[in-house]
Amino acid sequence: MKGKKLLFPALVIVVYIILAAADLQLFRSAANITWYGTLEMLSVLPPIFILLGLMDVWVPKAVMVRYMGPDSGLRGIATAFFIGSAAAGPLYGAFPVASVLMKKGASFFNILVFIGAWSTTKIPMFLFELQALGAPFALTRLAVNIPGIIIIAKLISSMISQGYIDEIYQKAKLR
Amino acid sequence: MSSALVFYFLAGTALTLSAVKSRDKTISALKKSWKAFLHILPQFVGIILTVGIMLALLSPEVISSLIGDASGFLGVLGASVIGAVTLIPGFIAFPTAALLLQSGAGLMQIAAFISSLMMVGIMTLPVEMEYFGRKASIIRNCAAYLFSLAAAVIIGMVVS
Repeated sequence: MKGKKLLFPALVIVVYIILAAADLQLFRSAANITWYGTLEMLSVLPPIFILLGLMDVWVPKAVMVRYMGPDSGLRGIATAFFIGSAAAGPLYGAFPVASVLMKKGASFFNILVFIGAWSTTKIPMFLFELQALGAPFALTRLAVNIPGIIIIAKLISSMISQGYIDEIYQKAKLR
Repeated sequence: MSSALVFYFLAGTALTLSAVKSRDKTISALKKSWKAFLHILPQFVGIILTVGIMLALLSPEVISSLIGDASGFLGVLGASVIGAVTLIPGFIAFPTAALLLQSGAGLMQIAAFISSLMMVGIMTLPVEMEYFGRKASIIRNCAAYLFSLAAAVIIGMVVS
């Protein structure tokens, strides 16, 4: 497992070495962009991970089940939208948070809504979009996305078996 | 960037409150944070390095030549594929999209690009599968891709 996880970054580093030998110009601009990506990651991720750890320790399971559990209904969807939209940072930051939500007993459907909201209805991003592409564009996209996120979450839950869900929840508990 | 500051403030406040309430629990929380971070770090590194190569290849000129004004439905498809396989932070993506629009890219194409960029993550699929398993991750990405095409068509019809 450990070795397998290191394979991906190791492979990309090999590509970089080849690139440096073959096309120095391209290598430089790729390295430059990587540097900015690293800065972005280091600036955005620490608070997410701190909040995730605090949530893991302080939020009682019963509270999470009440707000986002299988019987949380509309409140669950609203909570998932709220947490996801209030987030900052790229989508890959959402997965470790989803793992804590699983551990605490949030329903699979609500976690999918949370992922959808994090991916595309983040408030800080919406403000950016409003400014760059204008209100008609940003508002139409938001209006399409909210039902879209729910439809996608329903679709995935309907195609996944309970056994599969239990398995990934079990893995989240061990993490 | 200011949104990151808000999060530092939030995390700082929560951390202080937690430390006041219980030192032990706070330390255990930070250990969990660190463990979760280390768990995912190798993949983050891989993703960021790959994105570097991709963005170096896909300059705004290359993108706009692919999804230019008269590119039609093929352009929408192309834009959505570019959005699906790349990972661009929003504060770069939106100004770039505005620039592409000004230089003549179609609205539907830009909508396809933005939607799939945000919802579909081919690059982050290994991370997603780690947490959600193979099947759910693949279904989510396929569904999100098809949805982003539909969203682009709707936005193209409503806005213009």
